[in-house]
Amino acid sequence: MRFATFGRRLAPAAALAAGLLAVPAWADGEMTVAMQLEPPHLDPTSAAAGAIDSVLYSNVFEGLTRFMGDGSVVPGLAESWEISDDGLVYTFKLHDGVTFHDGTTMDAEDVKFSLDRARAEDSANAQKALFTGISDVAVIDPQTVRVTLSEPNGSFLFNMAWGDAVIVAPESIEGIKQMPIGTGAFKFTEWVQGDRIVLDKNPDYWGTPAVLDKATFKFISDPTAAFAAMMAEDIDVFTGFPAPENLPQFEADDRFQVLVGSTEGETILAMNNKRAPFDDIRVREAVAHAIDRQAIIDGAMFGYGTPIGTHFAPHNPAYVDLTGLSEYDPEKSRALLAEAGHPDGFTTTLHLPPPSYARRGGEIVAAQLAEVGIKAEIINVEWAQWLETVFKGKDFGLTIVSHTEPMDIGIYARPDYYFQYDNPDFQALMKTLDETTDPGKRTELLQQAQRIIAEDYVNGYLFQLAALTVAKAGVRGLWANAPTQATDLTAVSWAE
Amino acid sequence: MLRYSIKRLMSLAISLAVASLVIFLVIEVAPGDPASYMLGINAQPDTVAALRAELGLDVSRPVRYLAWVGGMLSGDFGTSYTYRTPVAGMIGDRLWVSLPLALLALMLSTLIAFPAGIYAAARRGRPGDVSVMGATQLGIAVPNFWFAMMLVLIFAVDLRWFRAGGFAGWDKGFWVAMHSLTLPAISLALPQAAILTRVMRSALLDILGEDFMRTARAKGLSRRQTLWRHGVRNALIPVLTIIGLQFSFLLAGSIIIEQVFNLPGLGRLVFQSISSRDLIVVESVVMLLVFAVIVVNFLVDLAYAAVDPRLRART
Repeated sequence: MRFATFGRRLAPAAALAAGLLAVPAWADGEMTVAMQLEPPHLDPTSAAAGAIDSVLYSNVFEGLTRFMGDGSVVPGLAESWEISDDGLVYTFKLHDGVTFHDGTTMDAEDVKFSLDRARAEDSANAQKALFTGISDVAVIDPQTVRVTLSEPNGSFLFNMAWGDAVIVAPESIEGIKQMPIGTGAFKFTEWVQGDRIVLDKNPDYWGTPAVLDKATFKFISDPTAAFAAMMAEDIDVFTGFPAPENLPQFEADDRFQVLVGSTEGETILAMNNKRAPFDDIRVREAVAHAIDRQAIIDGAMFGYGTPIGTHFAPHNPAYVDLTGLSEYDPEKSRALLAEAGHPDGFTTTLHLPPPSYARRGGEIVAAQLAEVGIKAEIINVEWAQWLETVFKGKDFGLTIVSHTEPMDIGIYARPDYYFQYDNPDFQALMKTLDETTDPGKRTELLQQAQRIIAEDYVNGYLFQLAALTVAKAGVRGLWANAPTQATDLTAVSWAE
Repeated sequence: MLRYSIKRLMSLAISLAVASLVIFLVIEVAPGDPASYMLGINAQPDTVAALRAELGLDVSRPVRYLAWVGGMLSGDFGTSYTYRTPVAGMIGDRLWVSLPLALLALMLSTLIAFPAGIYAAARRGRPGDVSVMGATQLGIAVPNFWFAMMLVLIFAVDLRWFRAGGFAGWDKGFWVAMHSLTLPAISLALPQAAILTRVMRSALLDILGEDFMRTARAKGLSRRQTLWRHGVRNALIPVLTIIGLQFSFLLAGSIIIEQVFNLPGLGRLVFQSISSRDLIVVESVVMLLVFAVIVVNFLVDLAYAAVDPRLRART
């Protein structure tokens, strides 16, 4: 048979080729990190794509403050700061001797440039809201910069840690999308589009230097390909591993370690609060009681994920466990529907964007809703279409989406936000929160806010997305949690 | 021959013009705005408007269409919305993966199919023929992405002869690059080889039944001589047609294989661009593929004429 002959001929040839061309094992100081999505370009200050931060945040670019792996915010390029008594004026003292990768000095002028650019009229910053409270940025001396706010903002230092608030230089801004020049412990070397981004250690780093000499980011979107690449040991670390069903296999294998942490992604079953029948709180409560969270976590996420009862990350110290308010109780759900005038349920739409939490989770949610008589017609959409119809057009009944921005409970104070929750009390509470800087009081207000939205059953709160990382056993210093979308390699090394 | 070529060239130009209009309309009509996709769900409306203006999306569709076609005629494919680099350069980079892959797969498939098809035809009805036909049935039935995954599991995960995916790059040397294209090329080639084998066999069998074959035998040629001198050459026309179609398919249709092997080829570029609504990239790549298909068909038409003198005379 031809095929057999072909196979026999191929095998020795391939073996020979493999012997000659076997890819050398990586040197100690090098690491290959894979993730699913490739950045569209390399400017973290002008796109929402999390993939940009996943490669560059903290590695190449740094801000005045920065996130740590546990979610805390610590000084970054600013070594210290003073806040005026009225909470309006922040005076940042910058680190001395910081240079950009092109050799130019990082000083107060660069900070002013970065902040002014982000809040400018024609700014393309995806998180412009972080900067709108700034009324003035003034250079006092090269090492000191004074930021004045129009009103007090308790989360200003937190906001400045975002990837969208990193410090860039006017000298290199022109080419930043292809050639990012930052101040970080790694400098950008090469981007082969569709395949990899290479970073090299920055020998002139102002802080604790990186351990690795070279880091290569690879982009593998297909879950099966991701599994194969990891198993073949082509890559050393996979962050945001897309195939949770394969994790037990990696856990059982001595060659690998699996890190399960938490992200900032609250996965919610969003309801259109202005569209009937979801404008009735009894219907929303009925939906909440129809949902069995654990079944969704087990069925769609293979058990990875933490149930949530409100729009807040469970690993945050201010989190209140409110899952009890929306316990799985189909009986109660049916009773509430009857009370609201829908004894036989009703028909609605369920828009599902591409990620598996939505597509797989949506099937289960639809089945659970059907149990209490709500017929949710599943509509699968691409992200662009989701933005157009659901987010902008608000033409939906239900949708499942994970809100991955950290501390984003403030979206409930925006009545024009896609789920259209309009509660003046909540809006007033958020305003008070913004004006409060005392940590104890802030916690109290945040907890109050969590309760209000849970008691109003604004959305169905499903689970916090897990951060799943698979790495070779010898890799040390990776973040288990993902307080922001970042793969901070500055402290990562190989075990001795 | 010249008139034949000119007629073909005319229809080629018309096909391209129609294709460009259809592509533009279909892609522009689909919902989704590239600017809001890029800025995500926290963006403010004025930011989105600023970006739309920056990308040139605020002008009307007919103007954009004319600008696009005009640009392409002068070799300028425009600038990608998301990547912000010239589309021509992006396509060029990706073509260096997809084109060699398609050629390699086509070569493999032809190298397998020709001998297999001729062998099967020559041994019609005997065990050799039956086993070749059985194998081709299998080759057609097995989806190539499944076959690809099996190759990865065996040769990359277990045996470690190959990397599980990715492309080393031509700058690492010819053989290193070819090494990373081997498994993808095999998984693309086998189903094509199966189809081509069957076409080769049946085309040859048709010819073998012709009167002139008996005449050739009668004038004293051996079976082998008749088969090669008169049979194979006459069977080439349908085979060429299929090879032309297969090349277009391999160039445009390797999206899934590129996904499985994580190759930075044209297929994955289109796939990514569609989901990020990078319209100009989608339009240009699809246009390029249409162009490739039409040109390949044109070349196949010319090749018919070269193989079969009657076609030249008729036109």
